[in-house]
Amino acid sequence: MRQGVCFRAFLRQRSWAVAGFVGALFLLFVPLFVSIAWSWRAEAQALTADLSDHLIRITAGFTGANVVLFGATEGVGDIILVVTGPETHVTLRRKGQVAGIWLNQDQVAFDRIPSFYYVASSQPVDEIMKRGLRQLHQVGLDFLRLKATEKDLDPEYVKNFRTALIDLKQEQGLYHGEHGKVTFLGQHLFRSELRFPSNVPPGKYGIKIYLLKDGDVVSASTTPLEIGKHGVGADIFQFAHQHAALYGLVAIILALFAGWTADSIFNRKA
Amino acid sequence: MQIYLPIAEMTVDVFVILGLGGLVGFLSGIFGVGGGFILTPLLLFIGIPPPVAVASQANQLVAASVSGVLAHWRRNNVDFKMGAVLIAGGVAGSLFGVWLFGVLQALGQIDLVISLCYVLFLGVIGGLMLVESSRALLRHRSPTLPQRKKNQHMWLHGLPFKMRFKTSKLYISATVPFAIGAVVGILAAIMGVGGGFLMIPAMVYLLGMPTSIVVGTSLFQIIFVTAAVTFLQAIQNQTVDGVLAFLLLLGGVVGAQFGSRIGAKLRGDQLRILLALLVLGVCLKLMLDLITVPDNLYSLEVVTP
Repeated sequence: MRQGVCFRAFLRQRSWAVAGFVGALFLLFVPLFVSIAWSWRAEAQALTADLSDHLIRITAGFTGANVVLFGATEGVGDIILVVTGPETHVTLRRKGQVAGIWLNQDQVAFDRIPSFYYVASSQPVDEIMKRGLRQLHQVGLDFLRLKATEKDLDPEYVKNFRTALIDLKQEQGLYHGEHGKVTFLGQHLFRSELRFPSNVPPGKYGIKIYLLKDGDVVSASTTPLEIGKHGVGADIFQFAHQHAALYGLVAIILALFAGWTADSIFNRKA
Repeated sequence: MQIYLPIAEMTVDVFVILGLGGLVGFLSGIFGVGGGFILTPLLLFIGIPPPVAVASQANQLVAASVSGVLAHWRRNNVDFKMGAVLIAGGVAGSLFGVWLFGVLQALGQIDLVISLCYVLFLGVIGGLMLVESSRALLRHRSPTLPQRKKNQHMWLHGLPFKMRFKTSKLYISATVPFAIGAVVGILAAIMGVGGGFLMIPAMVYLLGMPTSIVVGTSLFQIIFVTAAVTFLQAIQNQTVDGVLAFLLLLGGVVGAQFGSRIGAKLRGDQLRILLALLVLGVCLKLMLDLITVPDNLYSLEVVTP
């Protein structure tokens, strides 16, 4: 009986302890649960992506390069990626016929345009991204912001040059609008193979990755890529730019020597 | 085999470049012209940017001309004294030419001026040479036709600063070769060529130098003109592509050796008629380019790389 009382008392004490323990646990975990619940939304929009290589080396035998971009999304959606190369300034000229001869008549300069532009997507861009957003994020050649240096030109006139600029860049293989494919492996993993041609301009590149749902951007991420000259080619380029006069002299001396060498090989007997 | 050109910033096939160099070197060896007027369009055709094409080719022409001159020198076919006067004129002319180039560039019509210069000079020179050399060829076949007097007296011989050019067997005023050198220098700076195709006819028809000596002397002069162009391009535009130049000259020096051997076997009039046809061919091509509707009305120039 005494034992029973004792036991009951113990139980009573124990139950308090258990209740306290559970309460403490609860208090401890509430913020955690809240934060998990909170982060649920963010998790759904999470997007991670990386490149197989962040540096493309242009060496003597460079014939272009392939880089694989891979990534994962937490939620379900479509992926668009936009690659842009370092900015350049270009002048576009148009020929006209004067007295039977074709000569350059008009010209428009374009400031700070991307030297390289490439879009890849998991679905046709039209179907997965709203027009306004394409405008905002410059997705697709039609939405690429190419501004004439001169401000007060006739917009229709500039538009013709803009179209020609895109055509010429496409011909050079430096502009690609919506050509690339992004493929999903299951629902969350994606990959895309980026092709850079041999005439790709060296410099700092940026790759923007957009996760889209119902036409809206739910998440975005950026990853850098550097394309640089390496080895002998890079040394020659450096030399030519930093010690121009010396480079010129060396080029002449080497040419004189080469000419003399060729002569002494071919005409030794004569 | 593919190779990346560090200054041109593009990949090319090694054998294509070697072949182009060889072809132009061959012509250079035969005729004593640098071949720039043929090589420039060919390099542009394979996609080399124009400034890089002009500058790198000037560098390779230095080498090709050196090996050509050495071969001609051994046969005593270089008039160094005449060459020196031509170079002096050439330096003066090319300085003026560089200034003129800047003016025309500012006007935005440098391309047109270059093309018109080519068509005009190649057409006139090619035409004159063709007429003269075919007459000479006919004369050769029928010796009964009257020969032209060897030392005709022209108004050119009344000018001051007379100088004796032993190798060329001439006693003429130094002002004439100096002026020729200057005109060629101006055009060389504008057109980006050595100027051999202008120099050779001028030496033959205006100075009356023997054809055999003309080729070696022209090559001698071209060394200096192209070296100057290489240097100026290197310091002003950094457009001399060492790798491209090396490949061109590798092909070029080999070609030039074969060329100069064949050139030595041909008679002067035959040599001139062939060169005339070549010059007229290039002229015709450039003329058609000016007249026919271009494939693309637009052209793109990258201002900063």
